Amino acid sequence: MSDVQNYYSRMNDPKSVKYETFSYLPAFTDAQVNAQIKRIVDKGWNPCIEHVEPERAHINYWYMWKLPMFGERDVKKVLKEIEVCKKANPNDHIRLVGYDNKAQSQGLSFVVHRAI
Amino acid sequence: MTNKTYDAGVKDYRQLYWEPDYVPKETDLLACFKIVAQEGVPQEEAAAAVAAESSTGTWTTVWTDLLTDMEYYKGRAYRIEPVPGDDTAFYAFVAYPIDLFEEGSVVNVITSIAGNVFGFKAIRSLRLEDIRFPVAYVLGCGGPPNGMQVERDIMNKYGRPMLGCTIKPKLGLSAKNYGRAVYECLRGGLDFTKDDENVNSQPFMRWRQRFDFVSEAVHQAEAETGERKGHYLNVTAPTVEDMFERAEYAKAKGMRIIMHDYLTGGFSANTSLANWCRKNGMLLHIHRALHAVLDRNPYHGIHFRVLTKMLRLSGGDHLHSGTVVGKLEGDREATLGWISLMRDSFTKEDRSRGIFFDQDWGHMPGLFPVASGGIHVWHMPALTAIFGDDAVFQFGGGTLGHPWGNAAGATANRVALEACVEARNAGRAVEREGKEILTKAAEHSPELKIAMETWKEIKFDFDIVDKLS
Repeated sequence: MSDVQNYYSRMNDPKSVKYETFSYLPAFTDAQVNAQIKRIVDKGWNPCIEHVEPERAHINYWYMWKLPMFGERDVKKVLKEIEVCKKANPNDHIRLVGYDNKAQSQGLSFVVHRAI
Repeated sequence: MTNKTYDAGVKDYRQLYWEPDYVPKETDLLACFKIVAQEGVPQEEAAAAVAAESSTGTWTTVWTDLLTDMEYYKGRAYRIEPVPGDDTAFYAFVAYPIDLFEEGSVVNVITSIAGNVFGFKAIRSLRLEDIRFPVAYVLGCGGPPNGMQVERDIMNKYGRPMLGCTIKPKLGLSAKNYGRAVYECLRGGLDFTKDDENVNSQPFMRWRQRFDFVSEAVHQAEAETGERKGHYLNVTAPTVEDMFERAEYAKAKGMRIIMHDYLTGGFSANTSLANWCRKNGMLLHIHRALHAVLDRNPYHGIHFRVLTKMLRLSGGDHLHSGTVVGKLEGDREATLGWISLMRDSFTKEDRSRGIFFDQDWGHMPGLFPVASGGIHVWHMPALTAIFGDDAVFQFGGGTLGHPWGNAAGATANRVALEACVEARNAGRAVEREGKEILTKAAEHSPELKIAMETWKEIKFDFDIVDKLS
């Protein structure tokens, strides 16, 4: 039994909370985020930035940061806009969505910045 | 004025039911059969016999034939093709006028086309390979209660396949211990857990207690992880009344998804349940017990691509598809063929994938293929490459068999999946670089590392019985 590792997860530890896609991987580096934005752009999806107070993260509708960046093809601009959003909302989680209008769904959605 | 007279007796079927010049109508329902005829029976006669027996004909002429317009109502064999690499069998194509089938009734279609004809003496064996449903017929059926796009929104899962696990042992756990296994899987990172198909309401675990304990497990795991979770509560029951009672209770407990076995439960029950799910906003997972009895023999029965189409029309949001890589049978190209039939709005004829007809689904939603059976973390790169995002991967033993338990097993699978999706999105060849991707991900996940050590030697490389020729 001594070889068995305990599974750590606690209701009172905010670090135990997960945020769907990619939340079981370590926080992404800028290069990793870049690659995912490139995927969104290459697929023809529309990037959109959203943010929310950590205690309200379970709701569907996070605050939308400006409007989805329709037609944006420049990965750097999307990355820069994430930074602008982060500065304006330093206590919030930030997530990046790639809206797939053909599938009427989100082709990708993941939290790029965890506040806690 | 009449141009026909009654002439009693037995005639060759091909006089009436073999029409090589016939051009199928857009509204015709088309079927492709693989036939092995009895010795001495010409191919045209065997094909015509199948067309006759599955539509208007019987073994002898009857006078009442003349009271209707047989030219309008009869099915016709219109093409014969050799089966590549097999001179014992041939393909026969039959066109049926849409009038022969009750609207919205897969029950009626399968009763006609796969009815008495399968026991017919003139043929040694018969396999229904494919059916082309005219779009006019498709849209008279209810189809998936929700469909993939709606399910993603309900479950809040985007940009990746979903992960599930069938709770084991299949039979014998008490309801409370069963709920424990569910809770551990879901808190560890799975999206879904599943009742096994034969878990209904046995003496060791009655359905109501199972639903009570499982719903507590689901709600607790959601509160703990902040993610949306589901458990496929199996409502397959001895009677339709029992089935609905269980479905209603699952809904009352705040569950998002229920489950049904569509072949053993039957198409009528399945279609009614799908309609109930659509009305009540519940997701419907479909299991396929009995399918291999019908679809495994390459010379007799009904191919799974037909059973897939029947289910999409009858209604379901998930359907088991095979894994290609796990413990159960499934050729890769053939599997890609029937997962297209589950998900796409149009599937083109593609003999390399065993698709005999174009199939237009109109605006009917698609459903998620479920890859389940003998898969573990090492299969993740191949599964990601084969299925893409729109699928559910179910790791039973591959979660519960983890040396540190279900939660750790779930995390191992989730980390492996996310690592593969991340790598694929970044443009890497996931299948070829699978080992490297998983090994790198395991540096940050002791759960994945030990899972990889536990299962690395397991392979499933038996020969496939039903290969595409």
